[in-house]
Formats: sequence, structure tokens, C-alpha cells
Amino acid sequence: MLLIPCPWCGERDESEFACGGEAHIARPPDPDALNDAEWADYLFMRTNPKGSQRERWCHTHGCGRWFNVERDTVTHRILSVYRMGEPPPKDAP
Amino acid sequence: MTSPRYSIFSLARNALGYHRSWSRAWRSPEPQPSYDVVIVGGGGHGLATAYYLAREHDAGSIAVLEKGWLGGGNTGRNTTIIRSNYLWDESAHLYEKSLKLYEGLSRELNFNIMLSQRGVLNLAHNEHDLKELSRRVRAIRLNGIDSEVLDPAGVKAEVPIVNTSPDVRYPILGASIQRRGGIARHDAVAWGFARAADARGVDIVQNCEVTGIDVSGGRVTGLRTSRGRIAANKVGLVAAGHSSVLAAMAGLRLPIESHTLQAMVSEPIKPILHGVVMSNAVHVYVSQSDKGELVIGAGMDGYNSYSQRGSFQIVEGQMGALVELFPIFSRLRMLRQWGGIVDVCPDASPIVGKTPVDGLYINCGWGTGGFKATPGSGWAFAHTIAQDRPHALNAPFALERFASGALIDEHGAAAVAH
Repeated sequence: MLLIPCPWCGERDESEFACGGEAHIARPPDPDALNDAEWADYLFMRTNPKGSQRERWCHTHGCGRWFNVERDTVTHRILSVYRMGEPPPKDAP
Repeated sequence: MTSPRYSIFSLARNALGYHRSWSRAWRSPEPQPSYDVVIVGGGGHGLATAYYLAREHDAGSIAVLEKGWLGGGNTGRNTTIIRSNYLWDESAHLYEKSLKLYEGLSRELNFNIMLSQRGVLNLAHNEHDLKELSRRVRAIRLNGIDSEVLDPAGVKAEVPIVNTSPDVRYPILGASIQRRGGIARHDAVAWGFARAADARGVDIVQNCEVTGIDVSGGRVTGLRTSRGRIAANKVGLVAAGHSSVLAAMAGLRLPIESHTLQAMVSEPIKPILHGVVMSNAVHVYVSQSDKGELVIGAGMDGYNSYSQRGSFQIVEGQMGALVELFPIFSRLRMLRQWGGIVDVCPDASPIVGKTPVDGLYINCGWGTGGFKATPGSGWAFAHTIAQDRPHALNAPFALERFASGALIDEHGAAAVAH
């Protein structure tokens, strides 16, 4: 079981959380300008990396807030946690 | 060729020789520098593809590359359930083709896959379940596939040890049953296809990991592997658990997420559970193997993973559901537990077809239910590769459906939580 550090509540068991999948998928600003393949890429296609992945989690059975987690999908090690709207730590100036 | 026919006589002959002179079931060739068709992935689907390519098509030289050992991935890590009770026509036709191939497979491959058509029950625990299940049974029957609705007394008659008391949290209000459904020995399916493909000249190369896919001018030209470069006119990717990783080598993105799916077996007990019992609502499915162990599956873990390890709370939930359905199992000990990596599509249906790269074909996204589809998947994929166009059976399962919107929503038939 993962021990996930919620930015607001601290470390809690994974069973309190729900995973929302890959993070930083921005809704295209002008969907009408996209063709079907580009819209499908936004809607369905995922990077699904073997290794480090940035993903969204929600502390469903705690504070109820969303946040971002950078986690290794092979070792399950949590590399960093940052709030919604914040840039990923590695990209920070 | 390498392996003589198996029969009661070969068994008796070898028994007299203390089983010391059985020949190898398949060769272990060095990879050639080039093939007409290379299949990446030596699990059930990949081996079935190679077998049907060799048997039914004029495909030239064929190799199967496997990074580990044959059937060491999800083929050897599933709960071996076979059924074709899917809601939509597209799925029903594909899975029914597979079930029909399974029904003749032991004879065809001259390898006993121990198919046991003992019936598969899907339980309903509330009024909505029951209505949905009845709708599903009617749709299945319209496709000419056997399926019936059972009332609680009927469920009790089929599975006397199941708890049909109305006083539990999730009472059993009924079930569907597909009597032709059942289980088979998963290793034997991989080995049988491997032996039969090898006998038809397919090179099966184990311990050969693909590290890169060479694409030139929009066309696949070969593969880079841990055992050197292998040129190929056509490449079929059939590597469940690593589909996205392989596709990325050719610059493709897939609508797939990889998750851990856990299962476990109990200590062996005397025969007590005849059929396969599945429950969509409480997330457990169970059958009893011929060795006497209960084989138990659950829903998949909620986050992406390539670790082949799952979370404990899934096991806990699965055991809770099992014990509620079968109070008699409450003191049974579990023998071992494992996790496999399942590649899941947003519509819980697979992708079997061409890719934007010429000569590159993909078969992936079977999610939690690939084992039942092994022969049908291989049969349709072999056709797709050999003819460079999908068969009518797998045409609806093209990658393009995510752009066209013609999704095949089978979350209900998948029978576990996605």
C-alpha cells in the first residue's frame, strides 16, 4: 500500500485516496479548431510511461482536495508532491 | 518435426523409459538476421498469432521474440476464465470465435489444454443488476450464444455453497449463466501454441528483448533487440503490459493505461465449487482448479503501474467479498498471490489492427480479460498481418475508433472494476 503525503493532511494510506490519472493534460483552448485525431489525442491518448509519471490524486476520504504527485510506476516511489496550479518541482525556476 | 505426436501410446512408451527420452516441445533457435514477419511478445496471443499465420496464410518466415520466457507474463498470471457473454455484437462475435476455437483446440494442437466447460455465472445483487443482466442475456442470445437467467433458487442449485440469504449486505437476486464458459490450463495454451507453431517452422526466440523499432519513410524495417538487429517486413506488437512502451518506440501514442491486476490461489481442498462464479458488484471471481486450489481474482489497482505488485486493500476487499458470498471459505488459507500488468483502454475493449506505420500492427488493450480471447485474437490478428487489412471480426477494434468515436463500451462485460 502506498503512503501518500497529502499537501494538506500529511502522510495517509493509499486507501484514503483516488488516482485521477496523468496530470498536466490541458484542455485545448479552441476545440473547434482541432481535427478528430487531435481531439482523440487530447481525450484518450496517454503517455503511460514506465518510470516517472506526474499524476493527479484526490484525498477523497480526507480533505477532498486534488493535488499532483510525481511517482515512479515501476518502484512506486513518490518523488515529489505539489499543489494544483504549481509547476512540477523539476521545472521550477 | 522436432516433437512427435502426443498420444496414449507415446505416454506409455515414455513411461516405460522412465520419461527420460521425451524430445523438446519446441526448438530454441538463434535469431536469423531477417524475417518476413516478426511477432513481438511470446505470450498466448503472440504465439497464437504465429501459429495461425503459419497454418492459414502464406506469410513467409516467421519469428516470435519474447524478452523473458514463453507465457511468463499475463498468460501465466490470469484466472483462466473463458466465456463469450459480451453485450455488443462486435465483442460477442470476436469472443465467440475464440470460444469456438478453444472448443477444438486440444485436438487441433495435439496438446491437452484441459478445457473444462463447467459454466460461468455472473451474479446480480440488486434490481438494477438484474435488469442489466437480463438485457445482456437477451443480447447474447440474439447473437446465437448460449446464455440463461437464473433466479436465486437456480443459483443455489448450480452452486450449493453460495450464500443466497436475503439478509446480507449484497444479497444474490439472480445470475446469468453461460454453460459453455469455463476454464482451461493457461500454461498449456501457451505451450500448445508454441509447439504447434514451432512444428510449422516458426522460430521462437526467448530471452530476446526488443529495444527499438526501426521505421524508415513511414514503414517498419526491423527491430533492435538484445540479441542484435533483426530486419522484418512486417511486425506485430502483442506485448500486453508493455504496449505503450513498445508503441512509443515507433513514435505512437495509445489510449492505454497500465494497471496491476491481482489474483491469488488458496490451499488445495477437495472438489467443492463446480462452476466459475463472478460478481461485478462486490468485485470477486472464483473457480476451483483441477488441483483443488481456489483461483480468485479481484478488481484492478487504481493507479498506473509496471511493478507487478498490487496494493493490500484490494486483497482485503476481495477476501471480504469472497467470504460474504461463500461463508464456508472463511477459514481457508491463501497459498500465493501475484500481480500482472493489464493494458486498459477507455472503453474496456482491445485494439487489434493496423497502425499509422506501414507494416506495423498492434494487438493490445485486452485489459483484464485477454486469456479467453487468445485463439480468436491470434486468428484475427494473423489475418490482419497477412492480408494487410483487418478481418471483419476485428475491424471494429481498430485504433481509429478513438478518433471516429465508434467506441465499444464493454465495462459491464469486463466483470471487474476499471
